[in-house]
Amino acid sequence: MSSDDLWILGIHMTKFGKHPDKDIVDLASEAALGALEDGGVTMRQMGILAAGNLLGGNHVGQMVQKQIGQTGIPVYNVANACATGATALRVACMAVKAGETDMALAVGVEKLSGAGLLAGGSRKSESPNWTPEGRYGAVAPIDGRIGTETMPGVFAQVGMEYGHRYGGTSFELFARIAEKNHAHSTLNPMAAYQKRFTLEEIMNDVMISYPNTRPMCSANCDGAAAAVVVSGAKLATLPLEQRRRAVKIAASVLTTDPWEEGCQVIPNVNTLTRNAATQAYEAAGIGPGDLDLVELHDCFATAELVHYDNLMLCETGGAVDFFESGASWRDGGTPVNVSGGLESKGHPIAATGIANIWEIATHLRGEAGDRQIEGARVGLAHVIGLGSACGVHILERSAA
Amino acid sequence: MTTQIPLVDYLVLGDKPHLVANECTSCGARFFDRRNACAGCGGRDFIKAAVQTEGEVRAFTIVSFAAPGIPVPFVAAVVDCEGTSVRANLVNVTPDPEHVTLGMKVRLATYPMGTDEAGTEAVGFGFEPLP
Repeated sequence: MSSDDLWILGIHMTKFGKHPDKDIVDLASEAALGALEDGGVTMRQMGILAAGNLLGGNHVGQMVQKQIGQTGIPVYNVANACATGATALRVACMAVKAGETDMALAVGVEKLSGAGLLAGGSRKSESPNWTPEGRYGAVAPIDGRIGTETMPGVFAQVGMEYGHRYGGTSFELFARIAEKNHAHSTLNPMAAYQKRFTLEEIMNDVMISYPNTRPMCSANCDGAAAAVVVSGAKLATLPLEQRRRAVKIAASVLTTDPWEEGCQVIPNVNTLTRNAATQAYEAAGIGPGDLDLVELHDCFATAELVHYDNLMLCETGGAVDFFESGASWRDGGTPVNVSGGLESKGHPIAATGIANIWEIATHLRGEAGDRQIEGARVGLAHVIGLGSACGVHILERSAA
Repeated sequence: MTTQIPLVDYLVLGDKPHLVANECTSCGARFFDRRNACAGCGGRDFIKAAVQTEGEVRAFTIVSFAAPGIPVPFVAAVVDCEGTSVRANLVNVTPDPEHVTLGMKVRLATYPMGTDEAGTEAVGFGFEPLP
């Protein structure tokens, strides 16, 4: 192992689901302590802590320290929408890469059970007099009058736009993507939901924002995930058992959306993902064909389709054919979201970008139980936070 | 005569209602919000550019669940107006997948939103199918 390399030494996720008796500090502490224990290290060895939580406060890092170890190290509380967890991990990677520390802890946590519809209704009240306000000089709330701000609606249009550009999409096609992920979830005891749905059940469920019905939307739930990042130089001094279970971070990339026509009218989640993937493949020295599994940001079934293309798992414009070939099922050529994805494993926002790393790492370690992708050596984890931010990490199994 | 006010300041009312964008004089990027600078090239100078009132639907969704107080279902869409993307609702069309299709040709339409205490009528906009 090169001394410049970055490695995951320990990693943990809580079970995703409803945790009515635990607050964000309980969940984050459980994940952080789990990651430390998994790595065979302690809080005293951590040089920095990067922490993310969107809905419960803005200093979750210090709140966690006060439960598991106030060692006086710097805390970086980060926020990047649904890419918050990946951003925390990225901060840990940068700190180690920069030589500020040889070990860093990243944690992401969210309590989201029962949250309902996310976004929308950003301006609450109607004024008794029409008075222009805000950056559009609007005299009334525009959500619902000028398009939609809701996440299911925004991402529905993302998938529909792909269909307009390349053809081949349909309500049924998008529903079949959700069918796949729900089927995958039945093998994942960490998932919030493990229910297999028939295609008919998915299509006949409550319509949220056409073509996304309820089971085609990410599942709001509670959860946390944490990871310990270690430098290659430090890892080389650790015992064989820790080296053997360590997972190499072959690429850690974060991008934002570069300006393109229309990107401020509807978020462009494509270009920043493609840019992140391109940088990640180059950094890792591999191509999409080398991936044994992928966890990508299926916040809605309509989103999964476009990311097949954005991550270059298929030819440009070929996402429909790629899915139709069965490639993204767990027995296909490039298994995608074998965890069940955000649609069934769940999407506790700030935890997601580390939980998907945990999923990949667990397969690379050969510890994924019934859902193990046999012989997995390389995997990719992707998240998108609207606004936008994209995190892509490529992980490789240890040769030790 | 009733005084009118547009829903947003980029809707121009009058005989030929249309949308107007802030267009960067350096790179031509168009924006509908108040600008500090151009996100594309960093330019500071903008002109008002009229947006084509006809276009085609590049993406849509039929929203059945929205924030409280928003009538559903409605059609939210992105309309390509000859190279300028516009976010809008589709109006004067039945909100179901049989009547709304990708690529359908549409045109700008305005509608009254109601009159306030001072007697001013607000006017909103959407896009309706071309006959």
